[in-house]
Amino acid sequence: MEHDKGHIIPYRTLLFVVTGLIMLTLISVAVTKIHLGTLTVFTALLIAAIKSAFVLMIFMHLKFETRFFKIMVLAVIAVIGVVIFITLLDYLYR
Amino acid sequence: MEEHRDDLASKTGMWLFLFTEMLLFGGLFIVYSVYRYINADAFHLAAHELSVPIGTINTIILLISSATIAMSITAIQKENKKLSLLLLTITVLLGLTFLVNKYFEWGHHIKEGIYPGSSALSLRGHGDVLFYGLYYFMTGLHALHIIIGLIFIGFIARMIIHDKITSDNHVLLENSGLYWHLVDLIWIFLFPLFYLIT
Repeated sequence: MEHDKGHIIPYRTLLFVVTGLIMLTLISVAVTKIHLGTLTVFTALLIAAIKSAFVLMIFMHLKFETRFFKIMVLAVIAVIGVVIFITLLDYLYR
Repeated sequence: MEEHRDDLASKTGMWLFLFTEMLLFGGLFIVYSVYRYINADAFHLAAHELSVPIGTINTIILLISSATIAMSITAIQKENKKLSLLLLTITVLLGLTFLVNKYFEWGHHIKEGIYPGSSALSLRGHGDVLFYGLYYFMTGLHALHIIIGLIFIGFIARMIIHDKITSDNHVLLENSGLYWHLVDLIWIFLFPLFYLIT
């Protein structure tokens, strides 16, 4: 049975991460002002992906968990990604 | 009395539940991407009516609230009960602020006659109906998660007050944090997909 206190994330790290996340949000808003065409969607999703990686790894503590948790989360993200990809393939090339 | 606890199992269970949530919203994102692909122009025009400043402020509010609940775990691990409770209170207040902003946002659209099933919306064409249908459903489902998260955090705060959650038994606080971060995670994708399409 596990009764350990576990890994403690310092306040400083959390403040650092949240500052980064806010800056990325502001960047994603600023980027929409520039007309990049189809790249706009891509950049918006790329920034969202970077932000969620920080939330998952630091806030949700995934970086300090065992490999078991990391593999499970990656598997679920992969399932969603594959289903979106296949659905769009169907609509793009029907 | 001998205590029977398995923190790892508790956390695993929470993650498994979060996976079902991710698949639920994942499914909605698939619906969104297909409808947006078919009605690209209507989605772009309809999205212009959403307020980017309010959306940005709400995003920042949720990000800060995620940081405060993460810090409250650090505080309880360092046996600082008061700070942990204070940070949870701030998290709840930020969550409520998010909901108030959402209320005004929805209220503004509804006042203009834009809501699912309204005659003003059906006059504007199929693409707009789909955009606002998804907007109300997805942000509404997300807001419901915020409300559940706030109640969850409320119970956790009570347990901290009564010393049921302590520095060496805080897995429930961690689980409430995981839930709150997931709600934040979903918003990270909802925000660009609804507010930032130009």
